[in-house]
Amino acid sequence: MTMRPDPTFHASPKLAMEAPAENFAYTLLLSPDFSKPDALAVIDVKPGSPTYSQIVHTVTMPNKGDEFHHFGWNACSSALSPLAGHAFIERRYLIIPGLRSSRIYIIDTKPDPTKAKIHKIIEPEEVFKKTGYSRPHTIHCGPDGIYVSTLGGGGKDGTNGPPGVFIMDCETFEVLGRWEIDRGRQTLHYDFWWNLPRDYMVTSEWALPPQFENGIVPEDLLANKYGHRLHFWDLRARRNVQTIDLGANHQMALEVRPAHDPVREYGFVGVVVDTTNLEASIWTWWREGGTFHVEKTATIQPEPAPKEKLPPLLQGFGAVPPLVTDIDLSMDDRFLYVSCWGTGEMRQYDVSDPRKPKLAGSVHIGGIARRTPHPNGKAFAAGPQMVEISRDGRRVYWTNSLYSTWDDQFYPDGVPGVEVMANVGRDGGLELDKDYFVSFPDGYRAHQIRLEGGDCSTDSFCYPSA
Amino acid sequence: MFDGLLLLPVGLDWGHASPALGWLWLALVASGFYHGVNPGMGWPLAVSAGLMDKSPRALFRALWALAAGHLLATLLVLLPFALLLVLAEWQRSIQLVASLLVIGFGVYRLIERRHPRTLARIPPTQLALWSFAVAIAHGAALMLVPIYLGLCQAFELDAGHAAAGALMKANLVKASLGMAVLVSVVHVAAMISAGGCLAWLVYRYLGLRLVSRSWFNLDVIWATSLIVVGIVALAFNVSSWR
Repeated sequence: MTMRPDPTFHASPKLAMEAPAENFAYTLLLSPDFSKPDALAVIDVKPGSPTYSQIVHTVTMPNKGDEFHHFGWNACSSALSPLAGHAFIERRYLIIPGLRSSRIYIIDTKPDPTKAKIHKIIEPEEVFKKTGYSRPHTIHCGPDGIYVSTLGGGGKDGTNGPPGVFIMDCETFEVLGRWEIDRGRQTLHYDFWWNLPRDYMVTSEWALPPQFENGIVPEDLLANKYGHRLHFWDLRARRNVQTIDLGANHQMALEVRPAHDPVREYGFVGVVVDTTNLEASIWTWWREGGTFHVEKTATIQPEPAPKEKLPPLLQGFGAVPPLVTDIDLSMDDRFLYVSCWGTGEMRQYDVSDPRKPKLAGSVHIGGIARRTPHPNGKAFAAGPQMVEISRDGRRVYWTNSLYSTWDDQFYPDGVPGVEVMANVGRDGGLELDKDYFVSFPDGYRAHQIRLEGGDCSTDSFCYPSA
Repeated sequence: MFDGLLLLPVGLDWGHASPALGWLWLALVASGFYHGVNPGMGWPLAVSAGLMDKSPRALFRALWALAAGHLLATLLVLLPFALLLVLAEWQRSIQLVASLLVIGFGVYRLIERRHPRTLARIPPTQLALWSFAVAIAHGAALMLVPIYLGLCQAFELDAGHAAAGALMKANLVKASLGMAVLVSVVHVAAMISAGGCLAWLVYRYLGLRLVSRSWFNLDVIWATSLIVVGIVALAFNVSSWR
């Protein structure tokens, strides 16, 4: 327990933007054939450092087959919640769930990120026993504990009961139990986030484990059996208060990105593919008069391609779907970054008017048909995927792997792990940084990135910027 | 209850009050300031409310709610002691138990250092409930019990000197209830003016950076305060028994 709040906790998004820049990026590494243990890579991102853009430390796990995906901090700016009344914890531990194994690792990043080590391992049985859920996925640090979303229910294949959210203690890391009291119509899960002072949560839907663990199931996709709804919850009452269906053809509503400034009662969600035309789409949701509304506010078109450039899965369509697999909102809520993992493009939308996103910048790299190399000449397999933005909004980092078995279907030639970074202009625009290019050890793919001291998909705030 | 408050001026013998009186009032007001400036008692909530609604009115509404919750908690803890005071023959035991209770709670807060995080699960729309729960959970109201009992003793409301007549007893109950209300109101007035000033300064002039900068971990000091208040009351009582 500390005497002062952690210096990386900020009352408002504006204060977070003014804080010192990140020196390290944490990136999850996974072994797609499960032949090696998954790992956490610590990368030096301090400009001018002799080890800039290199892995300076690796924490290798003692097990195989965990399949690392997303991760998060034990505590963040939400600890300054005036309701918690007690801000004396450290942003110190990274919570890394194994999506395939349901095992959770707690990594201690103090006293120095280059000496990060395993602090505790929560075995899958504890998660199963205490929550009835499996396949932990997204981590968010709340003022009252660590919230973890799951993709599977009970039973061997995770279909015994719906998946949901559970809570862990942010100091002892004990699994406390299920979060939901009334889940309403929610039966699928993916991402979640909230507005703390306005007291609501938003959750999205991907699929149940049999629909993703062994690869995408084309018949299920064409039959619109993947998730396509958004759920809105009363956060403290833990009740689902509204469910909105985006329409069955809008398959896989994934990342939920609410505005960071808590006076702004809106946010975004990305839809991977429209099964009627292969489009990807961005949706804006907002609360007005106590009810939630959702609207499709941007679409991204598929790109025609000759059969020989396409993997067997797509050959019948003669086109590359954009496949929006991740989106991320800058700390000032101005720019929304959109990963088009299929076409190989990172898009930057100006969302100053949240219901009218305007394309402000774009970078092509990788892609199923385009295969654009990095400006430094090196190949970039697959396309932009997990994206993370620095707190000041000047740097955007991303990696290239989606999920082990899905990578193999869309990019059968292999997806060696790569992490790149683009610099953002004062008024938008994106340019890949020639000097930042991280290659990972052979046989590893790279997934989510977390920045030292917090980033744009970690911290939530209880005070507005104004 | 208000009946009891009205009785106060007649029921209290201001002229013959003990010399400790001044210190006790001072302690009461000081405890109010102390609770008020502690962010854990809620002034940042008033800042947040003011900023979220972009209106100073929302800030003051939040302060009222915080004051109401704190007042309710204080009354809830003091009133049972007010009723017990009528049992003249148990007077010493009551004082002893009250002091030990406060010391015990302080020791418990020293040993059990984990913060009750479930407080963050109270909806932000229910600030009065939150303020009430926080005051109870941290022993804020309990801290006042020795001061309250000291004041009652100073005003000879503790039945020790009272005749046994039923009418006298009824008056005593009214007066001691009135004293409980007075103590609570004075404490909360001090608490909310201190917290309110800080909230207003941060909201209007100093900015949000102060929220994290001004926040010190008071856990040990808080627990120690409880123990000190309890020990002082204990020493005071024991010496007065001689």
